[in-house]
Amino acid sequence: MACIEARGLRKTFGTNVAVDGIDLRVEEGRIIGLIGPNGAGKTTALNAILGLTPYQGELTVLGRDPWTARDQLMRDVCFISDVAVLPRWIKVSQTLDYVAGVHPRFDRAKAEGFLAKTTIKRTSKVKELSKGMVAQLHLALVMAIDAKLLVLDEPTLGLDILFRKQFYDSLLNDYFDRNRTIIVTTHQVEEIQDVLTDVMFIDRGRIVLNCSMEEFDSRYAEVVVNPDRVAEARTLKPIHERQVFGRSILLFDGADRSQLAALGDVRTPSIADLFVAVVGR
Amino acid sequence: MSTQANAVAAAPAEIKEIRPFYWSVRRELWEHRAIYVGPLAATAVFLAGFLITLGRLPHEMRELAAMDSMSQHDRIVVPYDMAAGLLMLVQILVSVFYCLDAFQSERRDRSILFWKSLPVSDRTTVLAKASVPLAILPFLIIVCIVFLQLAILLLSALVLSGSGQSTELLWRHAPWFRMALLVSYHILMVHTLWYAPFYGWLLFVSAWARRATYLWAFLPLLAAGFLEKILFNTAHFADFLTYRLGGGTDSVAPVGRMPIDTMTHLTPLHFLATPGLWIGFGLTAAFLAAAERLRRYREPS
Repeated sequence: MACIEARGLRKTFGTNVAVDGIDLRVEEGRIIGLIGPNGAGKTTALNAILGLTPYQGELTVLGRDPWTARDQLMRDVCFISDVAVLPRWIKVSQTLDYVAGVHPRFDRAKAEGFLAKTTIKRTSKVKELSKGMVAQLHLALVMAIDAKLLVLDEPTLGLDILFRKQFYDSLLNDYFDRNRTIIVTTHQVEEIQDVLTDVMFIDRGRIVLNCSMEEFDSRYAEVVVNPDRVAEARTLKPIHERQVFGRSILLFDGADRSQLAALGDVRTPSIADLFVAVVGR
Repeated sequence: MSTQANAVAAAPAEIKEIRPFYWSVRRELWEHRAIYVGPLAATAVFLAGFLITLGRLPHEMRELAAMDSMSQHDRIVVPYDMAAGLLMLVQILVSVFYCLDAFQSERRDRSILFWKSLPVSDRTTVLAKASVPLAILPFLIIVCIVFLQLAILLLSALVLSGSGQSTELLWRHAPWFRMALLVSYHILMVHTLWYAPFYGWLLFVSAWARRATYLWAFLPLLAAGFLEKILFNTAHFADFLTYRLGGGTDSVAPVGRMPIDTMTHLTPLHFLATPGLWIGFGLTAAFLAAAERLRRYREPS
């Protein structure tokens, strides 16, 4: 069973089309990076998947309709977002009590274990914690839930680089396995490039690129072209060209690697560079 | 996943509906501590005030001994009535503040998405919030009043006995059990069931209004009465509200004066047969359903 299946998923706010007919199939066991500029429809699409917003078109998440069965779906889906904040008045111990009380798949001992590795005190209130600690707490809660799908919408926004690194490390080492699926959106794409199994670009409410990282690595190539070969390189139809320190860097889609090697240094582009090439205007 | 693992996973998934409800109510009590701090603080303050006046009691009772039974009664019930009145006022105030904040606060601090990321339905959340003015607070207030009245009675008896006076007047004019019964009846019937549509309205406003909940809660009611007065020069709406707030007809439950002296006002069957009560229930249900729908549909921002 596919984890997420969407057909013609569409969502409008008045005359503004936020999601414009997305067709999508996400298999389980993937880590998908959903990359898009601000206002591209990322959060709206995720809200539809999480049952937070009504939509047009067909959408099934883990075999359920998220809009009509949100509460049941949330037994198998977890969600962290920079806007889904923990209430400031709640105590750390109360978050554990509450989630243990309402969530059938929450393993309290596991959450306590994660918290023991941090400096978070059980008696503190959320408003007394730093932003990084709140993220740690939220992650500890979520990782102790035996969920099938985890949605992370800008989970590390406003965290310093150490916390961000730690966040993705714990996610990969202590949480991810082949039965789970993770969808993550972030503006710090470089940091998660090695973590992802799939990458998806979304722009103006449409998916403009959807490929696995293996495909990404074999399909796209970036060449730092030797100055005397630039004209020749351009004949191979690069999808993007930019100048760095006076040298031309050309990005190719599906070009022959051996042919490219003759033009200069060939390397796999970063997701960010490909994003600029595909979406940049 | 193997079938065995599936079976193991399915067992806790059969969690009873009551558990999310129970924890949702706990959450309300954590967030809005005024729900219990208010009544407890009022109880403590009243008790402290009463202790101060206790020294005068033997003297007052000696004066009372010379009066007729009616006057004796009126004087003796004063602290019991005041205790009940104060706690009922606290109940109304806490209910109003709570209801208007209930849906507003989770949107204001944006924690609504955290609550919605857990397997708790909007209906469970709305019912948990509605249970605060309709069950939790009435229960707490009854407990506080009954406790206060008992404390007043026992302390008075103790002081009177200590000064060598008879406590017979006290027992006759302040029958604790009967007072407890009447207070419970009054709070359950009037402050809970009869007022239910008001709480429903306030909860609805809290779910609907983006800001200025207090304005939205009271202004439309005032405006409706005002408009009616201007357009038709009648005051049916205002009369209706006054009637409803006043506790309905005398036969439903007497208000204004605590029915401490007689049991004849206890007419639950008559009260439960009042159409107005059931229309109120219908309105309450409609307001709560609207609140649920609003909480579900409103775009997370």
